[in-house]
Amino acid sequence: MASLSEAHMAQTVLFISTRKGLWTLRTDSDDRQTFRLEGPQHLGSIVHHTVQDPRGGRTLLAAMRTGHLGPAVMRSVDGGKTWKESPKPPVFPKGEARARAVDHVFWLTPGHASQPDVWYAGTSPQGLFRSDDGGITWGPVSGYNDHADQAKWAGGDKDQTPDGGKLHSILVDPRDARHLYVGMSGGGFFESTDEGASWQPLSRGVENHHLPKLPDGQEHTFGDDPHCVAMHPLRPDRLWQQNHFGIYRLDRDKGDRWTRVGRAMPKEVGDIGFPMVIHPRDPETVWVFPMDGTDVWPRTSPGGKPALYVTRDGGESWLRQDGGLPENQAWWTVKRQAMAADARDPVGLYLGTTSGEVWGSVDEGRSFTCLARHLPQIYAVTVA
Amino acid sequence: MHVIVPTHLRSYTRGESEVEANGATLAEVLLHLEARFPGIRFRVVDEQDRIRPHVKFFVGGEETNALDTPVGEREVQIVAALSGG
Repeated sequence: MASLSEAHMAQTVLFISTRKGLWTLRTDSDDRQTFRLEGPQHLGSIVHHTVQDPRGGRTLLAAMRTGHLGPAVMRSVDGGKTWKESPKPPVFPKGEARARAVDHVFWLTPGHASQPDVWYAGTSPQGLFRSDDGGITWGPVSGYNDHADQAKWAGGDKDQTPDGGKLHSILVDPRDARHLYVGMSGGGFFESTDEGASWQPLSRGVENHHLPKLPDGQEHTFGDDPHCVAMHPLRPDRLWQQNHFGIYRLDRDKGDRWTRVGRAMPKEVGDIGFPMVIHPRDPETVWVFPMDGTDVWPRTSPGGKPALYVTRDGGESWLRQDGGLPENQAWWTVKRQAMAADARDPVGLYLGTTSGEVWGSVDEGRSFTCLARHLPQIYAVTVA
Repeated sequence: MHVIVPTHLRSYTRGESEVEANGATLAEVLLHLEARFPGIRFRVVDEQDRIRPHVKFFVGGEETNALDTPVGEREVQIVAALSGG
């Protein structure tokens, strides 16, 4: 007989953050075949990211923007049944020289396992914030936000995504709470080894067609556009990046230069996309979801034929996975936070589309079924 | 004075569409509202004390973009979300 804790483990919960509110997909079955849709919550608010604390805590945080009424972090300690608004949300210092104001909170990352009340938040415009009380109150990470080069790194209005530049992919090294990475769209990828007090760019090897070439073979060290960066928890030196210009891998124990492993993707599909999803147990395996980055960049599934691509050999080769997905005339894509894996065996994969559908696979991407449709545009899918 | 609250902000005013507040200026009225309904001020004014885009204030029927506008006993109306989709 399964113990209560094992029975609890069998539950898979997906938080579906959308442009119009938050929905939940929940299954109690081991085979993950039947999910029930619950919601909406926060109807009418733009929900960018909803993250359950994986450290044994009960905190569930949602990053949102209440229409025209500014940013908010909502917090639940009962699995999303009830929510309270952070009374001290991420804000830039009043009266600061650059007069920045947080437009929306975009990204949430739980802190190191040894710091169970620490959370990090990334905002638009690009700012890094930290909570030391489980997401109730927030303060700026000044070493980043006020770095002398931060304005240069973040760039101007023309360097940003359409609804504003974003700080995302906040990564905490499981071996060392002081070792952090962040990504900026646009701006590049950055590293701190002193818990955010100082930062260095880490974009060598990433192609950047947004800036003129430098003379004498020099490389730009920032100013590129990482869309999503993932660190493997079992091999934290391994970083995977889906960039505006390709798929990259970096093994920090072997250097500081990214390699464009997306060159091995089929030419007719390319290696442009948003999400980057790691396998929970195998650092050689990741999934991407390519989009059309040709011509005027339609940012749809290439040819209207959606598919994931998986590598199981560290990016040497890529396999198309489209079983069960629409065969043609499906012009949606998947945003950077809208694809996720669970920790089960075999791994479950879940993706939310720009047309409001949720698709799931319980066989590591070999076949998909539609779990929900007719939702608003999906910004994030996360697994609890 | 009376403050007319749009539907968007009534989760803060416990559903009330009109509330009473005090203050010599619009800024003081907002601080008074904040004390009674925590969180409401940040919904209409950002951390640099700028009125949020798509939020309008009327004092005695006159639109104002300045938080130091004198209020006296005139009615204050907050209008939110003038556009969307």
